Amino acid sequence: MATLEQSTTGSSTASSQEADGVRRRDFLNIAAVSFAGVGGVAVLVPLVTQMSPSADVLAMASVEVDISAVQPGQAIKAMWRKQPVFIRNLTPQEIQAANSVPVSQLRDPETLADRTKPGHLNWLINIGVCTHLGCVPLGVGEGENRGEYGGYFCPCHGSHYDTAARIRKGPAPTNLVVPDYEFLSDTSIRIG
Amino acid sequence: MSFSWARPYEPKHPLARWIDERLPLPRLVYGAVGGGYPVPRNLNYWWNFGVLAGVFLTIQIITGIVLAMHYYASADGAFNSVEHIMRNVNAGWFLRYAHANGASFFFIATYIHIFRGIYYGSYKAPRELVWMLGLVIYLLMMATAFMGYVLPWGQMSYWGAQVITGFFSAFPLVGEPVRVWLLGGFAPDQATLTRFFSLHYLLPFVIAAVVVLHIWALHIPGSNNPTGVDVKEERDTLPFHPFYTAKDGWFAGLMLLLFALVLYYAPNALGHADNYIPANPLATPAHIVPEWYFWPFYAILRAFTVDFIIPAKLWGVLAMFASILLLFFLPWLDKSPVRSGSYRPVFRTFFWILVFDIVLLGWAGGRAATPTVVAVSQIASAYYFVHFLIILPLISKYERPLPLPNSISDSVLHGEEREAAPAGIPPRTTTVAE
Amino acid sequence: MLRIILGLIGLGFAAVLTISLFTDLYTYFKEPPSKTAEYEFHEHPKKLSLASDGPLGHFDRQQLQRGFQVYKEVCAACHSLNLVAFRNLHDLGYNEAEVAAIADQWAIEVPAVHPDTGEATTRKATPPDAFPDPYPNEVAARAANNNALPPDLSLIVKAREGGAAYIYSLLTGYRNPPQELLRDYPEAAPGEGLYFNPYFHNLNIAMPPPFAADGQVNYADGTPATIDQMAKDVTAFLVWTAEPSLERRHQYGLVAVIFLLFTTVISYFAYRNIWAEAKRKVRVTGPLDPKNIAKSKRAKRKEGVAG
Repeated sequence: MATLEQSTTGSSTASSQEADGVRRRDFLNIAAVSFAGVGGVAVLVPLVTQMSPSADVLAMASVEVDISAVQPGQAIKAMWRKQPVFIRNLTPQEIQAANSVPVSQLRDPETLADRTKPGHLNWLINIGVCTHLGCVPLGVGEGENRGEYGGYFCPCHGSHYDTAARIRKGPAPTNLVVPDYEFLSDTSIRIG
Repeated sequence: MSFSWARPYEPKHPLARWIDERLPLPRLVYGAVGGGYPVPRNLNYWWNFGVLAGVFLTIQIITGIVLAMHYYASADGAFNSVEHIMRNVNAGWFLRYAHANGASFFFIATYIHIFRGIYYGSYKAPRELVWMLGLVIYLLMMATAFMGYVLPWGQMSYWGAQVITGFFSAFPLVGEPVRVWLLGGFAPDQATLTRFFSLHYLLPFVIAAVVVLHIWALHIPGSNNPTGVDVKEERDTLPFHPFYTAKDGWFAGLMLLLFALVLYYAPNALGHADNYIPANPLATPAHIVPEWYFWPFYAILRAFTVDFIIPAKLWGVLAMFASILLLFFLPWLDKSPVRSGSYRPVFRTFFWILVFDIVLLGWAGGRAATPTVVAVSQIASAYYFVHFLIILPLISKYERPLPLPNSISDSVLHGEEREAAPAGIPPRTTTVAE
Repeated sequence: MLRIILGLIGLGFAAVLTISLFTDLYTYFKEPPSKTAEYEFHEHPKKLSLASDGPLGHFDRQQLQRGFQVYKEVCAACHSLNLVAFRNLHDLGYNEAEVAAIADQWAIEVPAVHPDTGEATTRKATPPDAFPDPYPNEVAARAANNNALPPDLSLIVKAREGGAAYIYSLLTGYRNPPQELLRDYPEAAPGEGLYFNPYFHNLNIAMPPPFAADGQVNYADGTPATIDQMAKDVTAFLVWTAEPSLERRHQYGLVAVIFLLFTTVISYFAYRNIWAEAKRKVRVTGPLDPKNIAKSKRAKRKEGVAG
């Protein structure tokens, strides 16, 4: 005789052992789905981290700059991590002007000494990117507008920086950033 | 799905009802892959490979998009950008190996899926369009894979592009202009690379769209099953969710395990060493071979060595295209009313010979064209065409199939005579039991 | 109608293939292809086992450092390594200061532009730089090497069939061409500027034997620098340059495979759990089942034999 394995659709058998079974069944199913979920999240990790800077970008690129030609009152632009760096040789008047400002009045309180290296107080080095929305301020080149405080001026939204490149007027929240640098000699520095 | 007992979508949660009234997408999903899609209950594991192919398509799209954030489509910089991905990009090596090996696994799943279709007659009425859409997907996959392989701009990338675009020059008159148009130059160069990158990014989404059509066309009659007998009543089926989601899920885990083993422990096994050499238009590699999934076609191409009315090269190109195009006609070449190979012993024998033949062609395509290899290609290619174009029609006309079960569930109540009736043929009056 | 046309097409292809087959067979037997020197004298790579072999492969950093020393003192004069940056040497176990020193003291300098005059000049390498090419361009490289181009070594282990074993065999495979070769294939004898090496695909390689004698390199850790040792070490180093992520890949692989194995097993039991209520096999198991037909045929045959 032909035998037929009768089929039942879904879970529609006797109730009491089923209640227990349901809990056991559910647990196994939930466990399986959870593990698959954990796997799914784990796979997200490389997909997200691949957008972070790659190893070559992160490699601290150092740049050495020869500052022997920069006279007091002059400034040059160098490039570091694809951003401009302002290197200025401050005149004694500029140093005086920077030191005579009461620090408590500053939006971002810092003294000139905080922003320069001991023994090289006249060398002001900062990243030339306005801390408001990222434009490159004017004031490095001859004849450029240096703003009301004699430092740098950002034409985009009118941020004025003083002779120590500190924000004095305008929308920028903080002073121009001072990067890590060191003096290799009196005439050359390494940034980064 | 035209089964009357398919569970309708009945959202209980108020949010679910709110969405359903405005955009019935959850309803569509429920009816396609959820509890509302009845599937024959007797599917075996050969039915898992369609979904698996979809899984690998998804993996390819995701890893591809992410790789494209770092890849640089310039003849000068492409090779180095891929090495940049391997060495500098966070998890770059993982993404690159996943994408390269994912392509192989996508093809493995697709090939098994196709062979399943041939064995169980899934290409027969009323699923002819499902079959043909599937072949369109296959052709798109081949184009995508070919262009993707060119992108790293290694030796095999460049020379593979040379050879494949060289096919077109086999055609008289229009061949060479078409080839130059495709390349954007006289040899693969910058123009070729950028357009291949653009198309390689585009085609997978076209594939995804055709996959939607493929599944839509399938869901009208519903899935085939190993007996080839149509679904007749509710007890022949089970809802797709949770039964087949569970089965597809665990098997996908197994496939991903195999994928991980290849990715982490043998990531270059399926590739070719020469593609780690930057492309050099002045130096041809000793043996140009495409990736393994093209080897059977490459064997057919190289099998034609003699000019006969038309040049051998043109024969090879025509045969290569014909070998895929003839598959479109399969529903009309094989007109047996019996679908499944399980009930067609002669067909079954020739099916396995075909599988062996195609594997042999694959073996031959990957090797250097020595006299032995070419001879094997010639015999195997001849068999391939004879199988589909001569043997199959003859089998389907003269074969005596085994008796089919009456239905998937096979009701005992109807008796053995009715049990014995092959689909569409009136029942025999005696019980056959030899 | 359609089937007739398709059938004729099939016959057509089969016919042309048969013609091709017989023509080729005829040509083969009429003028059998002659044996080549490569066929007879080419050797497959020797076996090589490195710490990086196998699924648990890792890097032996001591060996990598020795191999780097070999590269630096023997190979770097002609072979570039332009996909590797000096900073990558951290992987070998060197600290920041050592890496900076290696870059600074590297014999070949990096192309640069003079800051004042704008002339092309060179500068000392720094850690973020890639290893500079020994030659400014391909023409110069060929001019200095008898028209042969020394390939870049960053990927050489992955770019050659046989991988690390091949590189090692090649480096230790230089010898005099065998008498049989000179006698039977005089045209395959190494010509001017070529050297016989049976591991090389056409037997004669343009690179002179890089290791002239033992002790060519003075290893910092005191390991005796035999030719075999130097070849092994530089090969191990080149395995690293080709795939710096190898060790990490194996480590992540172990985690991934164990996780997937566990998840697959749990998912399998969840599947069995879900299907427990639904009998999936609804096979006919009556007399008309092909399996039962076969069984009864076998039984009948046995009866026929016994009875």
